[in-house]
Amino acid sequence: MSTARPLDGRVDEPLLEVDDLRTYFDTPRGVVKAVDGVSLRVDRGKTLGIVGESGSGKTVLSRSIMNLLPKNNTIREGSVRFEGRELTTMKNKEMRTIWGAELAMILQDPMTSLNPVTKIGEQITESLGIHLGEKGKTARAHAVELLKSVGIPAAERRLGEYPHQLSGGMRQRVTIAIALACGPKLLVADEPTTALDVTVQRQILDLLESQQHQRNMGLIIITHDLGVVAGRADEIAVMYAGRIVERAPTKELFARNRHPYTEGLLRSIPRLHQPSHTRLQAIPGRPPELIDPPAGCRFAPRCNYAQDKCLTETPLLAPHAAGHEAACHFPVGTTAGQEALERNLAAGRTAAGTPLDSTLIATAGAA
Amino acid sequence: MSTPVPNLGAPHPGATSELTVSDGLIAETTEVAAAPGKKKRKRGLGLVFWLATSWLVVVLICAVFADLLPVKDPLTPDVINKLAYPGPDHWLGTDGLGRDTLARLVHGARVSVVISVTAVTIGMVVGGFLGIIAGFFRGKTETVLMTIINIILAFPALVLLLVLLAFVGRSLVVISLIVGFLSIPIYTRVARATTLAVAEREFVRASRTMGAKNSRVLAREILPNVVLPVAAFGLVAMGVVIVLEGTLAFLGLSVQQPAPTWGGMIFDGKRYINEAAHVVLIPSIAMFLTVLSLNLVGDALRTRFDVRGSNL
Amino acid sequence: MYVLRRLPSLLATLFAVSLLTFLMTSLLPGDPALQILGAENATPEAIAEVRAELGLDDPLPVRYLAWIGDALTGDFGRSYRTSEPVAEAIIDRLPVTAEVGILAIIIALLVAIPVGMLSAYRAGTRTDKIISSTSFGLLAVPNFMVAIFLILIFSVTLGILPATGWVNFTDDPVQNLRSALLPALSLAIAEMAVYTRLLRTDMIATLQQDFVTMARVKGVSNRRILFRHALRPSSFSLMTVAGVQVGAIIGGSVVIETLFALPGVGRLLLDSVVQRDLLMVQGVALVIAVSYVVVNFTVDILYSYLDPRISHGRSAARV
Repeated sequence: MSTARPLDGRVDEPLLEVDDLRTYFDTPRGVVKAVDGVSLRVDRGKTLGIVGESGSGKTVLSRSIMNLLPKNNTIREGSVRFEGRELTTMKNKEMRTIWGAELAMILQDPMTSLNPVTKIGEQITESLGIHLGEKGKTARAHAVELLKSVGIPAAERRLGEYPHQLSGGMRQRVTIAIALACGPKLLVADEPTTALDVTVQRQILDLLESQQHQRNMGLIIITHDLGVVAGRADEIAVMYAGRIVERAPTKELFARNRHPYTEGLLRSIPRLHQPSHTRLQAIPGRPPELIDPPAGCRFAPRCNYAQDKCLTETPLLAPHAAGHEAACHFPVGTTAGQEALERNLAAGRTAAGTPLDSTLIATAGAA
Repeated sequence: MSTPVPNLGAPHPGATSELTVSDGLIAETTEVAAAPGKKKRKRGLGLVFWLATSWLVVVLICAVFADLLPVKDPLTPDVINKLAYPGPDHWLGTDGLGRDTLARLVHGARVSVVISVTAVTIGMVVGGFLGIIAGFFRGKTETVLMTIINIILAFPALVLLLVLLAFVGRSLVVISLIVGFLSIPIYTRVARATTLAVAEREFVRASRTMGAKNSRVLAREILPNVVLPVAAFGLVAMGVVIVLEGTLAFLGLSVQQPAPTWGGMIFDGKRYINEAAHVVLIPSIAMFLTVLSLNLVGDALRTRFDVRGSNL
Repeated sequence: MYVLRRLPSLLATLFAVSLLTFLMTSLLPGDPALQILGAENATPEAIAEVRAELGLDDPLPVRYLAWIGDALTGDFGRSYRTSEPVAEAIIDRLPVTAEVGILAIIIALLVAIPVGMLSAYRAGTRTDKIISSTSFGLLAVPNFMVAIFLILIFSVTLGILPATGWVNFTDDPVQNLRSALLPALSLAIAEMAVYTRLLRTDMIATLQQDFVTMARVKGVSNRRILFRHALRPSSFSLMTVAGVQVGAIIGGSVVIETLFALPGVGRLLLDSVVQRDLLMVQGVALVIAVSYVVVNFTVDILYSYLDPRISHGRSAARV
């Protein structure tokens, strides 16, 4: 079960194709536009990283793709095609044949994503029983094999233990084992390492990567931390306020980011080559309310490049290089962007009225 | 275990907890967003709350002004009209001795109100005080206090009540005092749980860090924040006390006859259940509505002040 | 073993409860000697003699030790009124109370578990609203009112169940059940409402947990999620409260047994309280309190089986 199996479906067909997906919630305070027109594509054996701060709608996006959201008071438009099958219109009953078998998910907090009162073994064998019809000894043996494959020592013994008897990292390994149990074609990992110690984070990411290669599985890693997906994702999509603001192959994104928000995210990562005590640059302000998002570019109130145009016209994703798109009127690293920044520096404030930070002016001027 | 992480099972930003669950989470229904935008929840307490409050006000007025209200004498029998149905002479009919039900209800309200208000006040003041002390000072004080409280609570309340009543007597005052005394432990628990929660909040910590004296923190920060939740609980407890009075009347241990009490009326009416069910029904409805109103109001306020039952 | 670890605290509580019972009945006004003799025979000499005989002049600790020592050997003394041994009187009546009480809890749980789960599963829908408001309303109906209406419906109007009386199980099991049904129902209604509301709240919280999402993503059916994944973690407070509510049932049995004329412990307590039969009151109160403590201890133990986190020595992470 370690080698890549021949795939069903046409090879050129993407594994997952999300097209203009919108997900709104009807709440007493108004309609929350949590996901507002997102398009994505994941190929077999490839990794897509979705990066955004909390409140950017990335978690809702993952639930929406998985078709996990409650049906009432949720408005969903657009399409999600998984191997050509449309998921958005599927009933739960149909989804249950796909969930676990072809489409799997792991969640942020391994403390809460395992049932506290059920033994590990039972939690793993459950989906084996549902999708593969395995029972009793066969299922147990398979479960042991799975636990071993995710690097859990003394796998036999673990089957009889409860989640609280394991450490956080071990628990996340167990959830990965559960997710991988039936050999899914796509795994959605929602903040898989956020709740873990830094040392354990790396192990878990390595585990995900190796399993992905062995199984030729598509992988979506959702995170708020660009560092998590830096060396691992084939492509990265940056999400802000319910929309994708920039999308590019990983190397391209790190080398030539175009969106000011991406630039801000990159600047807030500590670098080894920087002298110690270098001030990290935070992006000022908070993401906008998704109930009544501002007109124009949603990032404009926090953006150093913001011009009048940004306050009225919503920028669309526009190509910059092969596979590289960004939604910005004055992209970073272009003449238009540089001019916009200089204008704002001269004025001491952006068109949205945000004063420019002096330290930022220094670095920006140096850049 | 409350982490600020978005609850992944129900990612509805901005929705109240009540509404977050309104999706049935794993409900099978495929109806998409029934009438989006139409649900406009009012921030107010709602019609039911005000209806309940009005009823309680009516009961209170009856209790206070029973003698002044234009009702018949609750003790004078109308011998010709025994077990009369509601009509122009007796708006709510008469009981087995021909006494006017409306008059007896109005006067009976006095017993219910006196007992419940006295008992709840005693329990709230004494129990509340002990609870705040336990929750604020922690340590040995708390351990000792809560051990005693838990032992008293290990006794079924009605058993304690019966024993005390039988040996101490049963005037209106005695009953109120005993019930009040017996309810102290539960208020202690409520007040302690609330105090623990309040003491953890930032403004209290801040106040302490800035060097405020214990007495000041207690009076200025803790007390105001504990009083309202405990009072909301007290409203619900009032309903319990009213039922308790009814129970005592049933057991022949409440205020002595012929003074009208609601419990006594239900107990008397039970005899005529075959021929005239309204005699038992009408006081039952009065008691039910009162207890229900207390529960409704108490519950609404409790939700407002966010006291969690699970902390008890 | 978890049971062994909890044992000292059980013994301490039992001791405290017995002490409380003793003090309560001993410190209250009223001279038992006077009661035994009756007003006309109560010469000072006779009173002194009886008091000496009963050991009433000994200091309290001595009296307590004597009383609890006898109680431990099953000797609660004799009724001042009827000279019936207290222990026998209690043993005669205990099965009635126990049967009605247990039946009430079973009925309440049988209704509350499915209804509470349905309410949580359909949270926010009309079904849920109907269930929630009905149970809220039922909370405001005292058990004696329920009893009266049950009698009105099933005995007076339909005439299918007896309004009063008791038939022993050994005499006629069917009639026994018929005589226990209305009393048990009267006690069960309020419990039902309490359990339903509790389970609904906890279940709603559980259904929002990540592990439920995980189960869905595994492709588990809704029914299985509800019963196999969510019910057990949702039933912790239900269990605890069910234990605590045994107190309410015991209290309620005093009323219900009086109303339905059942020969149970509740009625025995009431009668002896009214007659100021001190030793009988002491005995009954002790038995009731001890049963209550033991029931809650048992619930505590069962709880540790439901929630493996407890028996493994960690405090439960309660939601």
